[in-house]
Amino acid sequence: MNRQRLIGQRLVALAIVGVLLFNYPILALFDQDRTVLGIPMLYLYLFLAWAALIWLMAFLIERG
Amino acid sequence: MSLGLIILIGLAYIGALFAVAYYGDQQAARGRNPIDSAFIYSLSLAVYCTAWTFYGSVGRAARTGVDFLPIYLGPTLMAALWWFVLRKIIRISKTYRITSIADFIASRYGKSTLLGGLVTLVAVLGITPYIALQLKAVSFSFFLLWHFPTLETPQLNAIPLGHDTGFYVALIMAAFAILFGARNLDATEQHEGLVLAIAFESTVKLGAFLAMGLFVVFGLFHGPTDLFTQAAQHPELRALFHFNPEPHAYENWFWLILLSMFAIMLLPRQFQMAVVENVSERHVETAVWLFPLYLLLINLFVFPIALAGRLLLAPQVSPDMYVLLLPLVEGRELLALLVFVGGLSAATGMIIVETVALSIMLSNDLIFPALLRSGVLHAEQDFPAFMLRLRRAAILGLILLGYLFFRVTGEAVSLVSIGLISFAAVAQFAPALLGGLYWKRGTRRGALLGLAVGFLLWAYTLPLPLLTDAGWFWPHLTQNGPWGLHWLRPHALFGMEGYAPVTHALFWSLSINTLLYIFGSLWDTQSVLEHRQAALFVDIFHHVARGEPPQFWRRDASPLDLQTLLERFVGHERAQAFLESYAHTRGVTDWNRLEPDADMIEAVERLLAGVVGVASARVAVASIVTEEPLDIAEIIHMLDETSQVVAYSRQLEQKSRELEAATAELREANRRLQELDRLKDEFISTITHELRTPLTAIRALTEILYDNPDLSAEQRRHFLEIATKEIERLSRLINQVLDYAKLESGTLEWDLKPLDLRQVVLDALEATRHLFEEQGIQIQSELMNQPPQLVADYDRLMQVVLNLLSNAAKFARSQVVIRMQAREDALCLAIQDDGPGIDPAYHDAIFERFSQIPSSSSQRPSGTGLGLPISRAIITHLGGRIWVESAAGEGATFIFCLPLSSSSPQEGSNQ
Repeated sequence: MNRQRLIGQRLVALAIVGVLLFNYPILALFDQDRTVLGIPMLYLYLFLAWAALIWLMAFLIERG
Repeated sequence: MSLGLIILIGLAYIGALFAVAYYGDQQAARGRNPIDSAFIYSLSLAVYCTAWTFYGSVGRAARTGVDFLPIYLGPTLMAALWWFVLRKIIRISKTYRITSIADFIASRYGKSTLLGGLVTLVAVLGITPYIALQLKAVSFSFFLLWHFPTLETPQLNAIPLGHDTGFYVALIMAAFAILFGARNLDATEQHEGLVLAIAFESTVKLGAFLAMGLFVVFGLFHGPTDLFTQAAQHPELRALFHFNPEPHAYENWFWLILLSMFAIMLLPRQFQMAVVENVSERHVETAVWLFPLYLLLINLFVFPIALAGRLLLAPQVSPDMYVLLLPLVEGRELLALLVFVGGLSAATGMIIVETVALSIMLSNDLIFPALLRSGVLHAEQDFPAFMLRLRRAAILGLILLGYLFFRVTGEAVSLVSIGLISFAAVAQFAPALLGGLYWKRGTRRGALLGLAVGFLLWAYTLPLPLLTDAGWFWPHLTQNGPWGLHWLRPHALFGMEGYAPVTHALFWSLSINTLLYIFGSLWDTQSVLEHRQAALFVDIFHHVARGEPPQFWRRDASPLDLQTLLERFVGHERAQAFLESYAHTRGVTDWNRLEPDADMIEAVERLLAGVVGVASARVAVASIVTEEPLDIAEIIHMLDETSQVVAYSRQLEQKSRELEAATAELREANRRLQELDRLKDEFISTITHELRTPLTAIRALTEILYDNPDLSAEQRRHFLEIATKEIERLSRLINQVLDYAKLESGTLEWDLKPLDLRQVVLDALEATRHLFEEQGIQIQSELMNQPPQLVADYDRLMQVVLNLLSNAAKFARSQVVIRMQAREDALCLAIQDDGPGIDPAYHDAIFERFSQIPSSSSQRPSGTGLGLPISRAIITHLGGRIWVESAAGEGATFIFCLPLSSSSPQEGSNQ
């Protein structure tokens, strides 16, 4: 049961990270007139951060 | 495209949907649960993605860039909190058979009919336009497909009813929802076939959208780099790469994330799928990451499709139709049909689940309780059949209401804004629901007040201006405010201007709602029932371990009434089965002998709650039950029992603490005993050594005398003298040991008389004079001429002074000072030497029995190690105190003080 609580609390911590990553001002840092491999920076950042968050949640729950 | 083909494909798809749902129900009927899978659970949650996602997201992305994303980022963040929040909601709902969000909120706040009704009303008013939106999307996509290449947007609400696909889709969906969502009355409201069909729909819409995305990115362009590079060459498209440049865009973004976090929990269809249809809490664990992954995938190609649309399609085309138009323009009819089916699945999934969820709320929390109260229902009526008819009528009514809304508003209202307005409506449940999960103090009136005012603010700031702007009534409301009150303009309340309407509305409605909920609750009192329900909800996980809190009211009913009530609502068979199993849990074999008490009535009420809702069940049960709060004496009796248990456990704790303390004492005593034992061993070895030295000398001398009879008289005398001295030393040693033993055991005789300490000191000095003279040590005595008299034993005190003087003689280098001093109530004697001194670490140890200072002073200490302990024992016995003041290398001063005659020596000294 303790382990379950720990996973839950780690997920809450991840959510807090997510709130920071997906909002001003961190979001504004990536609002640049640059492209990576032709892909706009902001678009790439949002999806990479999103994917990373999902991967971390999956890792925490399934293996952590 | 030919009308026949489109209809054929559409019907084939819907046919497949019916087949899947039918298969699911068949499996369930055979006892194999087809939806007992975390994967299907996650897919069923994707009912979140509606036609708005499918068509509207691309439209939004084509206009403002990444602005379509917060609606999907919010649920991702919320999913991380599901581990605690959603699982708690599921546990509560399963335990108390809660079947809708209205039930949940009503139940939490004392099974309030009023609150349940209000929640239902808000949900129906907020969601109906959303249903209309889905019908509109279906209708729109159908006409586009049919009339292509005519790009003119058809005037949808001008089409005659008989020719409007939206109408037929509405009817088919109503049939589906009734068939699989309201076929029979089930106490758990779980619909396996329906869930399986929704999971199937989620797969179809994701597949269609991904296929479309891949076609655009790799079919129409050479991969994403090519697409973005081409778009970047147009300044107006390159601007979409950036964050929305409008003022307050980041604030709007934040509020959209927050809004969608609430929506994913509070939308009736999400509550239905995530909570009511949930098979196992374990499925939530997987859904926490699998559902966000679904959202990510379905959004991955939104922006590329939007850019492709802007690059390839004519500027007057509505961006909401890019998904469908792109394959049509490129001549990919099959893909276009797939997209149409995907959009259809997104729309139908939403319509089906939403209407089923809303119909449960409508029948259980609004209509049925009202009918029960008004007494319209007759006792002989077949309730299950009546409930089902009610449920089915609600489904049909809701869908038709949605269709009506779509027909009436038509083009006046845009796609996306309606979706957000619905989100904002259900977000009003957040304070009452989420607050009620963790805050016991939240009260019914607080929740009612917050929800009611929040709802009014929502209505005033979001849907109302939409309608007035369409020119239906009250023109110029948004520009001038009501009655010319400028500061009351619905989009700029109190002059808060410049924000998106949704941000503005959310800020006011949610914050006022929350504040009223909190303040209303804090300045309110809870009824007994409210208090109990709050405890049941908030502490749900504790009840598993500790059992539920006791009933604080008495409820009585006749067994026959109870049985009749049960049979009316759930039928004869299930009523019997329930009563038998309940009797079993109470340890009674025959349920007829059960005496209905508060616990049994609560169990019955819970069973009914699953069928007709919490509020209805309470009303129904109340009709046959007499209930009154327990009177004060009974409550005090219960409290007494509880407090006795508490007191008993406190006593136990106290005992265990005492036991711990005793154990610690014992351990300490044992340690001291071992230490003493060790010291005694050392003492014995010291003593035997001390005894052996004189004995060896005496033996050697006597042997010489014995073996040599011709020794001269001179030598003989010399040897005998030495032997005598050794024998004296031996007896002195033995006397000391005996003295000490007597002192310790308290058997020493004391001869207490008034005496003069000065005389004692002078006598002792006289006795030891030769010692000092031998060593060449000067004695300086500062004695008082007329010291106050003491009551003491002369011999014992003499022993102490002698001991201290001989110690001083042993260690002093050149001088010993003896000082006598009278204090307030004591007479003190200090003997100071100028020897090597004693390290402060040993100041206590030297008075300990059997201990000597370790050979830090390099020479082996002479003596028995008993002199100082004996001195201390004597002085302590006489009521005084002895100590040493010294530092290493600075000489030592031994001081003892004895009380003056007024304070007599210890009691019972002459035993």
